Amino acid sequence: MPLLNVENLRIEFPTRKGLLLAVDDVSFSIGEGEILGVVGESGAGKSLTGMAIIGLLDPPGQIGGGSITLEGRRIDQLPYEQMRRIRGKEIGTIFQDPLTSLNPLYSIGRQLIETIMTHTELSSHKARRRAIELLKEVGIPAAERRIDDYPHQFSGGMRQRVVIALALCANPRLIIADEPTTALDVSIQSQIIMLLKQICREHGAAVMLITHDMGVIAETAERVAVMYSGRMVEIGPTRQIVKQPSHPYTQGLMNSIPIIGANMDRLIQIDGSMPRLTDIPAGCAFHPRCEQVIDLCRQKRPELRNHAGSQAACWLVEEESPNG
Amino acid sequence: MVKPIKLTKDQTEFVQVDGLEKHFDASKPFLTRILNREDRQILRAVDGVSFKIPRGTTFSLVGESGCGKSTIARCVVGLYQPTRGSVQFDGVDIAGLSDKQIMPYRRRFQMIFQDPYASLNPRWRVEDIVAEPILEHRLITGKKAVRDRVDELLAQVRMTARDKEKYPHEFSGGQRQRISIARALASNPEFIVCDEPTSALDVSVQAQILNLMRDLQLELGLTYLFISHDLSVVCHVSDFIGVMYLGRLVEAGRAETVLRTPQHPYSRMLLETIPSFEERGRERRAWSGEVPNPISPPSGCHYHPRCPFAEKRCSSEVPAPITIDGQRITCHGVQEGRLPSTVQTPDIQ
Repeated sequence: MPLLNVENLRIEFPTRKGLLLAVDDVSFSIGEGEILGVVGESGAGKSLTGMAIIGLLDPPGQIGGGSITLEGRRIDQLPYEQMRRIRGKEIGTIFQDPLTSLNPLYSIGRQLIETIMTHTELSSHKARRRAIELLKEVGIPAAERRIDDYPHQFSGGMRQRVVIALALCANPRLIIADEPTTALDVSIQSQIIMLLKQICREHGAAVMLITHDMGVIAETAERVAVMYSGRMVEIGPTRQIVKQPSHPYTQGLMNSIPIIGANMDRLIQIDGSMPRLTDIPAGCAFHPRCEQVIDLCRQKRPELRNHAGSQAACWLVEEESPNG
Repeated sequence: MVKPIKLTKDQTEFVQVDGLEKHFDASKPFLTRILNREDRQILRAVDGVSFKIPRGTTFSLVGESGCGKSTIARCVVGLYQPTRGSVQFDGVDIAGLSDKQIMPYRRRFQMIFQDPYASLNPRWRVEDIVAEPILEHRLITGKKAVRDRVDELLAQVRMTARDKEKYPHEFSGGQRQRISIARALASNPEFIVCDEPTSALDVSVQAQILNLMRDLQLELGLTYLFISHDLSVVCHVSDFIGVMYLGRLVEAGRAETVLRTPQHPYSRMLLETIPSFEERGRERRAWSGEVPNPISPPSGCHYHPRCPFAEKRCSSEVPAPITIDGQRITCHGVQEGRLPSTVQTPDIQ
């Protein structure tokens, strides 16, 4: 049984002009201790999917259908109080901007100890010792001294380490990391990626790594899901998708990434931009930008099909039986 | 009466920055300083930077946040007054010019900013935004002629004439950056400073904008100063690259050379930290440390506390630039020849 199972998830925003579908029929699962990368451009619905899993969708956004199951238990319809207990204890979160996810008025020690004491039975003295341990684990030098410092006294990279420590407080089984390295400089970024990988290996936690940066995914995730316009267009082993993407969107995405040393005069570009939620085209959402478009693409929406070890939602992809 | 502008001798380089320094006063308020007996604190955002950009080429400055690259961009277009040093544009030192004196040059250089959401006035139609430089510099007179010119500019950035009736919020990020580019082109500039023009955009749109900028360079013979933190983007657009660390240029040279055989330990680290598609799960060397506080930078070579090759001399003596095959490097280790030779980065085919 997978750790997390998301099935046919729909997230909708009721507006005056009608219902907007921000996430449309998305299904995937994450195994124990697995790192699943979710990539897509801004507005593709990847962060919303993450927020729906931890039950923090901002109104008017709401789950319009489908189910989310954590260890065999449905969590998408839990009342607020019960969900609050799962959040932090069973699902940890790391957000993009470490400065806004920490409270500037509390020392980091207080924030860590509060979280530990909410989710475990530890006394305040033991919680403090655990907090120091965690800070050491995420690589904060002189943790005993720094535990009483405030967020503004840390640099961006160090703050993100504190946020990771916070996410680990109750030893969660799943961590949702939403653009954890986007706000950081490249040299710090690689430190944080390595830390995240190492920590998850040691704690046996699974990670849903949401990012727009294919490079980060390629180095970190075992499997990757590609989202476009609220739909999942391709999912499969990272190696496969990076080397031989099946869906034309993934192909375009990979081609448009500049690579050092590749001697190209022009980058290969995808013309146009992702459609707005108000006018998602009929059929395949990518068809107006797709160079290989056929008539069927304009009429009927493709489902995910098995192909070469991964699954892609495209009419041009040959269906293969999952065993063969 | 405008004073005559002093002409310098060397006119071979189109844009030449010499010993540029920009200091900011980051002191606490006067009374606090007196009470706590503190001295003034000077932030040396740019600390003696020199480079040249030949006509029709792209020079890129890379570095992490806070290294002073945007400050240089602003000094070059005259938005900041440099503390010391000169910025020569087509043979004229524009650094010391007054607002009035700089006006004839303003038309010839323009700037494209990072955030296309903040750099366009939300209350103006695209037409007014793009026409502003034309009217400001009185380049064209007559309503009809101005409108035609706006149409032409929009076509140049691959937008349609119909778009000029719309407001900025009706466009996506990539489209807005096209509008910024059209505005920058409106005054027929020869030199454009681009401060992180694609870092707010998604990759597929980034590719569109980078391609557009390249096409425009070939069409109009533009010279670019390109500022970015993303080495792979820089690699794609540049003829020359300068790597900055804490206000100083640590390495500069032709793009291929700097990227293929980076010499300075900091450039090597930057190149190595780029995530690679080839080796998933490769154990990267843990590059420890972070950029220090620029108010109190480390002595000697600023990079020495993070440098794996640092020796005693690095912490006491500021290295002087040396030139190897046209590549200018500021490092004691390189000068003494004690650094391991650069291995070609795995990404290079």
